[in-house]
Amino acid sequence: MNFRHAKTFLLGAIALGFLASLFADRINPYWLFIFYDIGISIVMAVSLNLINGYTGQFSLGHAGFMAVGAYSSAVITNQFGDLSFLAANGIFAVALLAGGLAAALAGLLVGIPSLRLRGDYLAIVTLGFGEIIRVILQNMDKVGGARGLSVMHGWTNLFWTFGLAAVTVYVVASLVNSTYGRGFIAVRDDEVAAEAMGINTTKYKVTAFVVGAFFAGIAGGLYAHSKQFITPGGFGFMQSIAFVVMVILGGMGNTIGVILAAILLTLLPEGLRMLSGIEHLPGLTAERPLGWIGDTRMIIYSLLLIVLMLTRPQGLFSLKKSSVQK
Amino acid sequence: MSALLQLEKTTIRFGGLTAVSELDLQIGKSELVGLIGPNGAGKTTAFNLITGVYQPTSGEINFDGQSTVGCKPYQITKRGIARTFQNIRLFPSLTVFDNVRAVFHLHLRGDVRHALWRGKGYHAEEKSVADRVLELLEIFQLGRFRDEPAKSLSYGDQRRLEIVRALAAQPKLLLLDEPAAGMNATEKVELTRLIRFIKDKFQISILLVEHDMKLVMEICERIAVLDYGVKIAEGKPDEVRANPKVIAAYLGD
Amino acid sequence: MTEFFQQLINGLAFGSILALIAIGYTMVYGILRFINFAHGDVFMLGAFAGFYLAPKIATVFPLPSIAGAIAVLIVSMLICAALGVAIERLAYRPLRKRPKLTVLITAIGVSLFIEYAGQFFFGAAPKKFPDILPVLPITKIGGLSLNSNQLIVLAVTLILLVALRFIVMKTKIGTAMRAVSFNPEAAALMGVNTDVVISFTFALGSALAAAAGILWAVNYPSIDPLMGILPGLKAFVAAVLGGIGNLPGAALGGLIIGVTETLVSGYISSTYRDAIAFAVLILILLVRPSGLLGKKEIEKV
Repeated sequence: MNFRHAKTFLLGAIALGFLASLFADRINPYWLFIFYDIGISIVMAVSLNLINGYTGQFSLGHAGFMAVGAYSSAVITNQFGDLSFLAANGIFAVALLAGGLAAALAGLLVGIPSLRLRGDYLAIVTLGFGEIIRVILQNMDKVGGARGLSVMHGWTNLFWTFGLAAVTVYVVASLVNSTYGRGFIAVRDDEVAAEAMGINTTKYKVTAFVVGAFFAGIAGGLYAHSKQFITPGGFGFMQSIAFVVMVILGGMGNTIGVILAAILLTLLPEGLRMLSGIEHLPGLTAERPLGWIGDTRMIIYSLLLIVLMLTRPQGLFSLKKSSVQK
Repeated sequence: MSALLQLEKTTIRFGGLTAVSELDLQIGKSELVGLIGPNGAGKTTAFNLITGVYQPTSGEINFDGQSTVGCKPYQITKRGIARTFQNIRLFPSLTVFDNVRAVFHLHLRGDVRHALWRGKGYHAEEKSVADRVLELLEIFQLGRFRDEPAKSLSYGDQRRLEIVRALAAQPKLLLLDEPAAGMNATEKVELTRLIRFIKDKFQISILLVEHDMKLVMEICERIAVLDYGVKIAEGKPDEVRANPKVIAAYLGD
Repeated sequence: MTEFFQQLINGLAFGSILALIAIGYTMVYGILRFINFAHGDVFMLGAFAGFYLAPKIATVFPLPSIAGAIAVLIVSMLICAALGVAIERLAYRPLRKRPKLTVLITAIGVSLFIEYAGQFFFGAAPKKFPDILPVLPITKIGGLSLNSNQLIVLAVTLILLVALRFIVMKTKIGTAMRAVSFNPEAAALMGVNTDVVISFTFALGSALAAAAGILWAVNYPSIDPLMGILPGLKAFVAAVLGGIGNLPGAALGGLIIGVTETLVSGYISSTYRDAIAFAVLILILLVRPSGLLGKKEIEKV
């Protein structure tokens, strides 16, 4: 991605998000929430792509950072009652930022062991961190423990989701496309050579983790204030894998591909659900003729993942032969 | 003469094995020194000591008047030592241009904030980096490959690109680890010319580890010989060639 | 003090099940250098194989009985060995020369596939595992009450470990396994058929996982298609703790994790028990990444 008109893109996307949010009450609420999910998935997948795709680390705990952001922001906004439009959005902004910072702190903690580990070892440690975050939240009675936490305010809207998705894309793309940011890819390609070329690989890896976790925290805040109910179990290992799959499907280190994959994979389960809900198809007499799709959609999903790895490990949207390096 | 690089009794042990033992070595400004020896003599280990990949068990390494012991490889590179690798280690998925550009972060005035804000200063700096990268690539006839991924270059071009990438760090000392490995006779002649050219054009010191005796004898001003981690001879090419110890080591006496 | 020994025995029983799973991880890692994420699910399939086999076997050997239990154990080990070989053949072998991450992600895909297919075919609700072992009276030694099932877990684990050690150290195929794990290219050049060795490794590891699944189900008789996830992860941690690629290390690691987890949940807090294995993992990787019995590897530059 060339990214010459970065700022124009950023401002344009935010303005569009704002305009769209003005017409939100004309959109079917079912779709509105799917749009929120798409925006949140984009933030998660693009930020994870900085860690897994560009820097070549392998995090399997991105949902853990999301949980930190979701709980932190929800605890803040739950302190407030009904607020005016401006005050509500102001508080929401502060809460999202706080959630992002809390997650960034967690990212720093995970980033430190990442300095010594690579590949599958790192994957399992990040997975472990994600699980530890989940267990800690389950044991915190103040935030509802395993029962979950009700979030009072449904402040997430199109402006916030798409504005912040745009900011995420802008930050990640600006970083990796700068001279400074080529260092991320250098670390991925050959760590020893990168170090020999004066690149402080430690700093780059930790930066990737902290920035990635920050945006996962923001996505967590958006998620909490869209669903209005969060449980520690909702941010488990399976959720992390779902975001990893978006990055893989989009092509590691390919921001546009990853955005497309995030959209596609958020819509896919909805689409399968709709198909399986069809009562009658012309020519088919059985009731719910496509019902099996609903029952087997997760099997299809996992099979797709295997087939994709066997046939197109570089992702669906990558033109290059393979962008995944050893 | 104050040496640019000075190793004093530098020793490294791996368990019971002393890979490099009490090595004394000096490299002056704009000097071209060769480091030779049979297989497993400790040449690459010496390289890894100088570049900070390994830390010496005992002894001292000074560069430009300051010790480098305890420094990380990237810090040593910042201070002016750049290297190539025996088995080429480019950034394979980056383009030729970006391989060199990635090293220019060393000379950036702005940092991450610059890259995120993307103001005027950022664009001006990126432009000047791009100009300097292209200039370097042109000098070494790699300009026409600028947008090719590094892994698609021919072997000889990859070797050259690795040297260009090291030069982009603007080192005072360039370490070349067996640059002639895997090259045919014509390519070696070309390489000899290239090394001389670098020394004259950039006015830097070069330490060359090499297997090919002919090439080393031809271009080095001074040669040190390692055998089993110990320096057994040092001097002008002709002196080294005539040294009985060296002959014995190479004939496997 | 009695309380402590009671917990210790619980921990050892739990730990030996983890040890059996951990050996499968460590053998595959030793030879192919990747984490077979689906290994925990093979453990689950072992328990389900026993669940569906028990009524069939009961027509030959009336259950519960020792002979019947052994038959269930062996048949489910054989089934899972075949499954393990099939998984390697279909999903991993085509990827052998590919980057590690591709293989890791495929393994995650296989794991998800087994879990979801399990939910579809077996049903997501937990099932009660049949009683295949006669319930012996609980023996009391001092103040200790020893559950016969726990003793059987310990005994079966011990027998399997001895058998494994024999196979790896004394047989031809075992020697070939060690050769391939030491240097696959050199082993291939010396005439070792690496494909056969790898298949055999998967068969062996999967059979042990199946045995672990049966032992687990005998002790904690509620089984479900997702039961393999956490024991699988903990067993992996055990393998890393012992030094990945090292067989005695995996067994030792399993016991340590099992005992630690049981003691912590007994004395400190049971709600944190699932976090313990991961905390141990992070600690060990920071302090001694090569594990307790592993060798240190230096990257060549």
